[in-house]
Amino acid sequence: MLPDLAPAELISLFRRMLLVRRWEERLIQLAAEGPSFGHYHVYIGQETIGVPALWALRSTDVVFPTHRNHGYLLGRGADPGRLLAEVLGKATGLNGGKGGTLHASAPELGIPHTSAIVGGVIPIAAGAALAARIKGRDQVSVAVFGDGAMEEGAAFETFNTAALWRVPVIFLCENNTRDALGAAAGGYPASIIAAADLCDIARSVGLPTAAVDGTDAGAVFAAMRQGAVRARGGDGPTFVEAVVSRWPGSSPLWPELPAGRTELRYAWAPQEAPERLALWYAERDGLLRYVRELLDASLATREELARIDSEVRAAVEQAVRFATDSAYPPADAAYDNVFASS
Amino acid sequence: MDTTETAAEAPGPAGVTARELTYAEALVEALEDLMKEDPDFLIIGSYVLGLGPLRVLFDRVRAAYPARVLDPPTAELAFCGFGIGAAMNGLHVMVDVGTASFVFQAFPQVVNEAANAIYMSGGRLALPVVFHLLHGLRAGGAAQHSHSPQAMLWNTPGLQIILPASPADVKGLLPSAVRSGSPTVFVDHSKLLPLRGAVPEHARPIPLGVADVKRRGRDVTVVATSFSVHQALVAAERLESEGIDVEVIDPRTIVPLDRRAILESVATTGRLVIVDETHRSCGVASEIAAIVGEEALDALRAPICRVTVPDVPVPFSPALESQLEPTPEKIAAAIRAQMTSRHSRRP
Ligand SMILES: Cc1ncc(C[n+]2csc(CCOP(=O)(O)OP(=O)(O)O)c2C)c(N)n1
Ligand SMILES: [Mg+2]
Repeated sequence: MLPDLAPAELISLFRRMLLVRRWEERLIQLAAEGPSFGHYHVYIGQETIGVPALWALRSTDVVFPTHRNHGYLLGRGADPGRLLAEVLGKATGLNGGKGGTLHASAPELGIPHTSAIVGGVIPIAAGAALAARIKGRDQVSVAVFGDGAMEEGAAFETFNTAALWRVPVIFLCENNTRDALGAAAGGYPASIIAAADLCDIARSVGLPTAAVDGTDAGAVFAAMRQGAVRARGGDGPTFVEAVVSRWPGSSPLWPELPAGRTELRYAWAPQEAPERLALWYAERDGLLRYVRELLDASLATREELARIDSEVRAAVEQAVRFATDSAYPPADAAYDNVFASS
Repeated sequence: MDTTETAAEAPGPAGVTARELTYAEALVEALEDLMKEDPDFLIIGSYVLGLGPLRVLFDRVRAAYPARVLDPPTAELAFCGFGIGAAMNGLHVMVDVGTASFVFQAFPQVVNEAANAIYMSGGRLALPVVFHLLHGLRAGGAAQHSHSPQAMLWNTPGLQIILPASPADVKGLLPSAVRSGSPTVFVDHSKLLPLRGAVPEHARPIPLGVADVKRRGRDVTVVATSFSVHQALVAAERLESEGIDVEVIDPRTIVPLDRRAILESVATTGRLVIVDETHRSCGVASEIAAIVGEEALDALRAPICRVTVPDVPVPFSPALESQLEPTPEKIAAAIRAQMTSRHSRRP
């Protein structure tokens, strides 16, 4: 279902999700062309979690993402050129090249910190929520993490403490283990958790939970809205699990573009999708599902969506030019920023 | 980088044929031998060879011994503790922590349980557990995946610390670590994995606490660990044409540390450069410098020089990361400075 938003907002949301998809498709190409910028992760196939989740928040709310953070940075409006420059380690990057893909952040956009340590941001987001409550701010904090983070002790320790202290935090768990290969099979890790239902772990300390289909932008939006209302109302934390299937390009340890760029027409002409990804595009890709929902609700025509697509692609090409043309930071920059600038 | 020139021709002991292996292959052979020879040997962990293309070499260990290779959840604190508990109860365990930075998730178990257990027992316990880490600047690891925690761990009495630098050394040191009966941190550098070198077919284990002179020389002693050994050897090679004769000592294990090998070398050269990838303050080089300062000040003809990673977190940008590296250029410059130091005096 579509999020409960005005039509113009629904189109903006689409544009933003498409930006994430196009930007990352180009990123995978850039990685293949080299030079290498190290190990990285893409958000393809999860756009309908992060972007609608951000739309359910206020711009004053804070969000703490993980190694799989590009969707959140772009979703919050970070400049695509500066994010790409960061990933390439350029001086014009969001963080001057200090963070890279693993640690891109944008404090001015309410993303104060990104951790590539599994489970790293869970307590930090709850701590930000504690500050919001103590300062009497009408502010929500969101911890974003993968299902793998539920394997770390930090998750349980934080759920328990946050429940006791009733801090205004939403724990957004992006479960992408379905259809994943997993480490034992030589692929990217999938979680190995004894609990059949991840929500049970949060429920054991009394947290309200919602498990939603992560390809359903409307369901994600509604669950996050509800969590935010609860947090603002003084009712403490909420645990939201958004479930998606692993995008085949994120099954191997290093991301791949298994069948080229996504074409919007696969949404209405699934027979034209490359065979390898036919099932994924037809049933598992939230972005194309959103396209179908927009068309079915007559909120846009195919031509209008195609026009947005060419605008987004042009913006991505501009970002690529900006980032590749940018210079690396001067050597001395390595010594700056160890402590707060006075 | 290629180490063939230093290792390929290395003659093995009489009757022992040497082959060329990558460091990764040698590590896998050591694990296979341990599996074969010791039914109580257990491996917990999934990323012994990191995320690079060589990682598949480990698959044959996994395939041959499925019951003794466990893929744990991402729960370093728990699975390091499992390794400790299993080692307290009859098994010999190697716990692969993966990227060395992840050992911080497990500090309570590694630093406050494993390191103390034998001592607290009054010596009644043995604790054959080895924590395997991949450390160092690895190109793009950024601040959270580039640590070299061996210096922090060296500040924890009760942990042995192994830092191999060659295929033969990794193969010889791993069984010694496992059989030592004491908790050991076994630290490989990600950049070592593809390096090739000679490995004897039936090598004997290498005892812990015995340094290896990786290159003989008379003018300057360079003590280097892990991947820095190779950087130091490249620098030494270059300086040969300038008439500077560099000795490169690889301690191979820093706990126990072969102080004698270092002190003897410094006694003949009178000059010391220490190279390693821990940060400058309270790093591996700091301790070695302190030992030489305390015990061999008379022998020194120039101030000790450390080539280390500066005291900043590791930046992501390749332009910045490379800036921090102890490169052959920096090492060579440090060695030249030793030769021309205004303190440099002839005995
Ligand atoms: C403490 C820690 N242990 C291990 C890793 C290595 N690692 C990086 S991503 C990853 C899998 C994370 O899975 P999940 O949290 O579900 O996120 P996903 O990548 O699936 O979105 C692992 C194990 C890490 N970054 N941090
Ligand atoms: Mg996951």
